[in-house]
Amino acid sequence: MTVPDAPLAGLSRRSVLAGALGAAGVLGLGGGLAGCTSAVVTGLTGGREQAGSLDYWNLFGGGDGVRMQQMLNTFRADHPDINLSAVTLAWGNPYYTKVSLATIGDKPPDVAISHLTRMKNLVDANLLEELKPADLARHGLTADKFNRRAWEAGLVDGKIYAIPLDTHPFVMFYNTEIAKKADLLDGDGRLKPLDSPEAFTDAMRRAKKATGVYGGVVAFISENSTPWRIFQSFYSQLGGQMLADQGRRVVIDDAKATQVLDFLRSFTSSGLFPSSVDYQGSIAMFANGQAGFFFQGEWEISTFQTAKMPFSMTLFPNVFGGDRYAVQADSHTFVVPRGPADPGRRDRALTFVRSMLDQGKTWAEGGHVPTWLPFRDSAAYREMTPQSNYASAADAAAYDPQGWYSGSGSNFEIITGSSIAAVLAGQLTPQAAVEQMRTKLSDLANTPSPI
Amino acid sequence: MTTETATRAQPVPSRHSLTRPRSEQGRAATGFLAPFLALYLLFIIGPALYGLLMSFFDTSLVKPGLSAFAGIDNYVEALSSTAFWSSLWHTIWFTILTTPPLILLAFVLALLADRVKTGRWFFRLAFFAPYILPSAVVALIWMWIYTPELGLLTVTLQKMGITAPVWLGDPAWAMPSLAITTLWWTLGFNFVLYLAGLQDIPRELYEASAIDGAGPWQQIRTITIPMLGRTTTLVAVLQVIASLKVFDQMYIMTSGGPNFATRSILEYVYDEGFTNYRVGYAAAISTLFFLVVLAVSAVWFTLVRGQEKEV
Repeated sequence: MTVPDAPLAGLSRRSVLAGALGAAGVLGLGGGLAGCTSAVVTGLTGGREQAGSLDYWNLFGGGDGVRMQQMLNTFRADHPDINLSAVTLAWGNPYYTKVSLATIGDKPPDVAISHLTRMKNLVDANLLEELKPADLARHGLTADKFNRRAWEAGLVDGKIYAIPLDTHPFVMFYNTEIAKKADLLDGDGRLKPLDSPEAFTDAMRRAKKATGVYGGVVAFISENSTPWRIFQSFYSQLGGQMLADQGRRVVIDDAKATQVLDFLRSFTSSGLFPSSVDYQGSIAMFANGQAGFFFQGEWEISTFQTAKMPFSMTLFPNVFGGDRYAVQADSHTFVVPRGPADPGRRDRALTFVRSMLDQGKTWAEGGHVPTWLPFRDSAAYREMTPQSNYASAADAAAYDPQGWYSGSGSNFEIITGSSIAAVLAGQLTPQAAVEQMRTKLSDLANTPSPI
Repeated sequence: MTTETATRAQPVPSRHSLTRPRSEQGRAATGFLAPFLALYLLFIIGPALYGLLMSFFDTSLVKPGLSAFAGIDNYVEALSSTAFWSSLWHTIWFTILTTPPLILLAFVLALLADRVKTGRWFFRLAFFAPYILPSAVVALIWMWIYTPELGLLTVTLQKMGITAPVWLGDPAWAMPSLAITTLWWTLGFNFVLYLAGLQDIPRELYEASAIDGAGPWQQIRTITIPMLGRTTTLVAVLQVIASLKVFDQMYIMTSGGPNFATRSILEYVYDEGFTNYRVGYAAAISTLFFLVVLAVSAVWFTLVRGQEKEV
């Protein structure tokens, strides 16, 4: 069935009915569903718009969602011949579950977003199409135009399956007024380095004095990925590893993990960080000036720009690394789920990908570090602040370890994140948390991969 | 009372005289039921049997066929896994937390709503309204209410001088918080059943007892509660089964967290089967859970039969 994209144009009883069904579906199926109704209807009825259609699935909420919408509108204006329907789904495990099930059920999207750390499992499960260099070259997508690290991480056995859009590192946000009040800025108004445990703790203490409430804030209630990201950043600076042999062995380093957990716990137990705060709450605290520092992925930049508050962003501090800098990061990539053998389908998908890469500026405004070199090496990007402050994080990215149960928002992150969160909340000792991580990860590591 | 006696005294026709028409009726009934039975076999019994079969294989969602035969390995893995037992316990704990208040409170509210003289429609609507909301909407409303530091509940308690727990973030509080949400959401259904039950009680009983000098409390104890016996049984059975099936609230509000403290058995099945692609193992857990529900139902069935004999 065809679903009119222009609202109210050619409204028939059928489309009203389908719209009502779609709306019911949105309410009933998932809190995070925020796609436009026509896309949901297409999803519910399984209807495929035939010639010239392009189904695109993504997981972008918040500021990312707004910017992606702008980019999609530009694409629609530039390519009126392609009928694009975009669906936004809740992030994490639910997203990959839906992509997998849709592809297995022969109703895959034509192009979809996948985190780099989830892509290999999708390839192993035979759910993605290989992208042939000749096809890519027709759209000007060649290896030399991409950030090398991200491009090579997208190869599986030398074959191309994913086109990286960005790298999104964990970063440090700081309130410039509070930092100034706490005497943490240098002569040029930049944050003084916090590259040691003492300097970092001291900065949090000064910021707490300046705000009168908290020094910094990191979300860990009802939240697994954020605790994992901050842990992984510190832990990789110490050189720690979690898994080996494609996830078949758990190799947590007790001493290093305990050291990081003790360090993290010291902030929530001393009141420098709130001892209970969820994701939205952490944003609100930073935006309200109740905390001087905020630790999260760079994508929250738009939230604070909208809040019109004085803030800046910089590299996550190298507290433990010394010469070796590391920070948790991942990349959003475009993938083509296995689908009908229609050559036009892949070309439309690649046209779309190229258009998204060309709109790198819009995407970078959302905080992400571009992988598309024609834009990343341009003066336009270098002039973007605070975005360019942390561009080098892309080269120090500590990706989640390989494993059939690992990757962005995966069971691996749930297990590690919930153990780390329990330490931050004072519910588990660091030793007990490491033990819990080891036991639960070992269960998965010892299970033969279902892929 | 006369009509009732007449109904009961109606002579039961002998089995013999009904033989022929009954078998014809039977054929007609089978014919009418056939479409339902066909769909039931196709979509319930068939998949259930296939699930049972899968539970003996290492079936993967992303590999064709049943994969390698696993014997009882999946069952052994489930029974020896702490994740299985803890999620089973979470489901049972949720059932224990929700069933008694959902029965008691529904009864009390129905009793009050039944006695209200003016604006009865308002109370009926008010108590039933949340029930028609989809789970995702209920979850969103309550997630806002429970938000730590800024949420309605936390701030209200703070103003009253009480330090609120981190509702959904504290492993000890997460399950009771979900139970409260569920109470608010599904109370309406039991409430309506009780209301219907109350209206079925003949008014004469109350009049007669009032003439004999019974007070309102005595009337509730000796007339209302016994006369609602069947309703209570029905409500209890439906409630226990509904609570054992819990999934949505946890999936949306806590994703089974914090630290897996609210992962129900059905979410465990979902996680293993759809997220981890291990449908064979997930089928084994489902089968084990089916046995638990079967055992619970058997206990209820025995209780109900005992009760029916008394009545």
